[in-house]
Amino acid sequence: MLAFIIQRLLQAVVVMLSVSFVSFALFQFVGDPINNMVGQDATAEQRELLRERLGLNDPWPLQFVKYVGNIVQGEFGMSYRVGVPVEDLIADRLPATIELVLVSALLALLIGVPMGVYTGLNRNSWLSRLFLTISLIGISLPTFVIGILLILIFGVWLQWLPTFGRAGVVDLGWWTTSFLTLDGWRSLIMPSITLALFQLTLIMRLIRAEMLEVLRTDYIKFARARGLRNRAVHFRHALKNTLVPVITITGLQIGSLLAFSIITETVFQWPGMGLLILQAIQFVDIPVMSSYLVLIAFLFVLINLIVDLLYFIVDPRLRLDSLGRGAH
Amino acid sequence: MNSQHDILEVNQGLIARLVDSFKRAQDSDLYYSFRRSPVIVSAFIITMIMFFAAFLAPWIAPHQTLDLKTLDLMNAYLPPAWEPNSDPNFLLGTDDQGRDILSGMMFGLRISLGVGFASVIVSAIVGTLLGLLSGYLGGRLDSFIMRVADVQLTFPAILIALLIDGIVGSLLPKAAYNELKLYVLVLAIAASQWVNFARTVRGSTLVEKNKEYVQAAKVIGVHPFWIMVRHVLPNVISPVLVIATLSLALAILTEATLSFLGVGVPPTSPSLGTLIRIGQQYLFSGEWWMTIFPSSALVILVLAVNLLGDWLRDALNPKLR
Amino acid sequence: MTTPAESNLLEVRNLRVDFQTRRGTLIAVDDVSFEIKAGEVLGVVGESGAGKSLTGAAIIGLLEPPGRISGGEVRLAGKRIDNLAQEQIRQIRGREIGMVFQDPLTSLNPLFRVGEQLIETLQTHADLDEKSARKQAIDWLTEVGIPSPEVRIDQYPHQFSGGMRQRVVIALALCANPKLIIADEPTTALDVSIQAQIISVLKRLCREYGTAVMLITHDMGVIAETADRVAVMYAGRLVEIGEARKVIQNAKHPYTLGLMGSIPTIGDTEEELRQIQGSMPRLAEIPEGCAFNPRCPNVSDRCRKNRPELQPVDESSVACWLFEDSAVPSELS
Repeated sequence: MLAFIIQRLLQAVVVMLSVSFVSFALFQFVGDPINNMVGQDATAEQRELLRERLGLNDPWPLQFVKYVGNIVQGEFGMSYRVGVPVEDLIADRLPATIELVLVSALLALLIGVPMGVYTGLNRNSWLSRLFLTISLIGISLPTFVIGILLILIFGVWLQWLPTFGRAGVVDLGWWTTSFLTLDGWRSLIMPSITLALFQLTLIMRLIRAEMLEVLRTDYIKFARARGLRNRAVHFRHALKNTLVPVITITGLQIGSLLAFSIITETVFQWPGMGLLILQAIQFVDIPVMSSYLVLIAFLFVLINLIVDLLYFIVDPRLRLDSLGRGAH
Repeated sequence: MNSQHDILEVNQGLIARLVDSFKRAQDSDLYYSFRRSPVIVSAFIITMIMFFAAFLAPWIAPHQTLDLKTLDLMNAYLPPAWEPNSDPNFLLGTDDQGRDILSGMMFGLRISLGVGFASVIVSAIVGTLLGLLSGYLGGRLDSFIMRVADVQLTFPAILIALLIDGIVGSLLPKAAYNELKLYVLVLAIAASQWVNFARTVRGSTLVEKNKEYVQAAKVIGVHPFWIMVRHVLPNVISPVLVIATLSLALAILTEATLSFLGVGVPPTSPSLGTLIRIGQQYLFSGEWWMTIFPSSALVILVLAVNLLGDWLRDALNPKLR
Repeated sequence: MTTPAESNLLEVRNLRVDFQTRRGTLIAVDDVSFEIKAGEVLGVVGESGAGKSLTGAAIIGLLEPPGRISGGEVRLAGKRIDNLAQEQIRQIRGREIGMVFQDPLTSLNPLFRVGEQLIETLQTHADLDEKSARKQAIDWLTEVGIPSPEVRIDQYPHQFSGGMRQRVVIALALCANPKLIIADEPTTALDVSIQAQIISVLKRLCREYGTAVMLITHDMGVIAETADRVAVMYAGRLVEIGEARKVIQNAKHPYTLGLMGSIPTIGDTEEELRQIQGSMPRLAEIPEGCAFNPRCPNVSDRCRKNRPELQPVDESSVACWLFEDSAVPSELS
């Protein structure tokens, strides 16, 4: 088991280094950092001085090492667009995105899992068919259309909820939260539903498909043949077998949520990382883009590690036990 | 002459075979399950209508919205024909520049479908090829490709397309980038989709690889390339069709999303996503039609394609019969 | 040759199992009747697809749709069980009738320990607390010959070899003391060297507990070793049934003859393997009359038109027109 963890950690490090390299390459070979930092009237001498000071004349492996060192310490350079350290920008925007993603993930799981289990166990009931139809619409509706519809209905026509922005924000150290106020929650509802919907339907369909597969296996047949009650067969056996592969998927979902949050933030003008990266791409703000790349890679690698560990804990087959003694 | 006679015979044989396979297709499970489901038939019809509307847009659209000279600002902000203050010439209303929504939708559909199809074709070809090579040749090539695929799968399609777009945008000088925007977009979306094809084809290839007809071909000395193309490929094609359909839906969605975010198609070729974005600004001032109609078209299209893909997958899956 | 009804543990009368498909109704088990007495071993042989497994599944109520029982009855100790509600059938499974499936690798849930699966079965059928259930589980593991049962009870299925797993499966099937076990090809997925061991475990335990066995297999060797009586199925129909030794040594039905003849024996001087010409028809293409007629060396016109019923012949029952005239009503013998 230890070997497993170490192997995974090493892989993680390799991925992070590769991504950092790509990010670093972006920095180095695209555009001229100097041009973006000084005004148009800086002389050639001043530029050269700046170059020297910033260490831009050092051999690039050395620069790469310094780059990685900086990242590890949380220094991501200066934004071209705003002229502010990138890490400050990130710290400013990250809490909004994280809170949004967390609430959406919870929603998607709390609703999607039971729906999936129900439709898997009751294949032909009308409720299942209804759920399935809704789910089909769910994956066909692009996130931004959902957002727009919600805004139209609840914001413009009914005027129950705020149509954009993040309200009721409270400062907690460098973190800002909207969990602590009613206004905060009211502004959080529509964005999180929008974000959750796609994932919810995905989870539901996944669990359903997995459950149907499991219910066809020999061991479920044998469990029935032994006279086990339906409750035991469905909720003790089938459910456990269904959920194990679903764990990985759910882990990946969080990654997906991070990506789709960009869209949701755009629709609702939610001040998170999504807007940041979009502006960065449009402006070709390299430092922000590269930092975003590294940050995202880090989050994904972290999630994958946790999922791998969870899988390990839940599925006994992975615990690489050889056949017991006396096996024949 | 003998050769003419032969050609005639061959042609007749071919025609007889075609008629025969058509009859068999009618009798097949696929067609049966198709005809039995009114939902699927409607989905198919809707998709066909949209395809044709998009394809024939330059000729059948009521207005040429892409031609700036035909626009008249006096026509701006008109509501759909069934509301007061409208103009029956503009069936679904106009936008802030006086462009007809309906025609804009048709041209937008054209772009959306065009980019969608192009991406799917590229990713299908690349993915199938890589899957075949990976499955058939195995070894280090296989491990490498699968590793890349695994890593890529952890990133959602949108993100990949976005990042590729961003990276290419930063690598190319602005002018060149704008020129090539559409191609870059197609490539970016294709890059986010190839993995689905590669994985499935690889799986099927691994299964087929061990079958006797492949062993036989190897023994005879057929070159591996031909084994892959002429023997293995036809047998692994059918799941590719299913994935292609579902991939099309996803590609259309991805393009629409990117365009909505402003990093998709260039403004000179507005797709449905672009129209939705433009329309969203006017949601609060009451001009809902500008964004709702293109949104509906997008949703209906993706829904129909998804339905077809779902049905295709169930119909072609031997296990569920 | 008919046995008094009261002493039969299991009675199957005119059982019919069919599948509704869009190409029409396919009959997989066609008018099959037989009995099993308490404690006896009935072997059911036939090629793959002859309907043996479906018969077993129908008896225990585990037919998967679109298959269904469309005719006949199944009686356990006199009471009908084929028309019961789901919950009532469930109570019969495990406690009255047990079943062993073919593949031990897939019969056990990989996520649960072996002990957990045993204990839950025991507790479903009897009011036992954890400790007693666990003790019984260990006892059962010992009974089926698993060494160090106190340790292995807490292990997972993947930590057992194929043969060991099948022993666990047998323990699971028997632990609620059913009166009848349906063993569907219990050794087919195992190594030949293990097969004999598993069969002997099954035999020993069933003899000890007086459990009847319906042993479904296509392996005549296993039948010869284990079965008291044997039923031969072909294309969903029962073609011959009788005492095992008699049927094997003195097969009557041409199909059974073909089966016996196709088993190679040591000391054979023939160069080629003996086969029955042709193959068993698909469900949609079962011929009129006797299902075996296209392959029968003694076929006559009557065989092609009329389907033969099971008739007592000597001490077996055979469904073949060849024996119609020599059928001796049992009252006169």
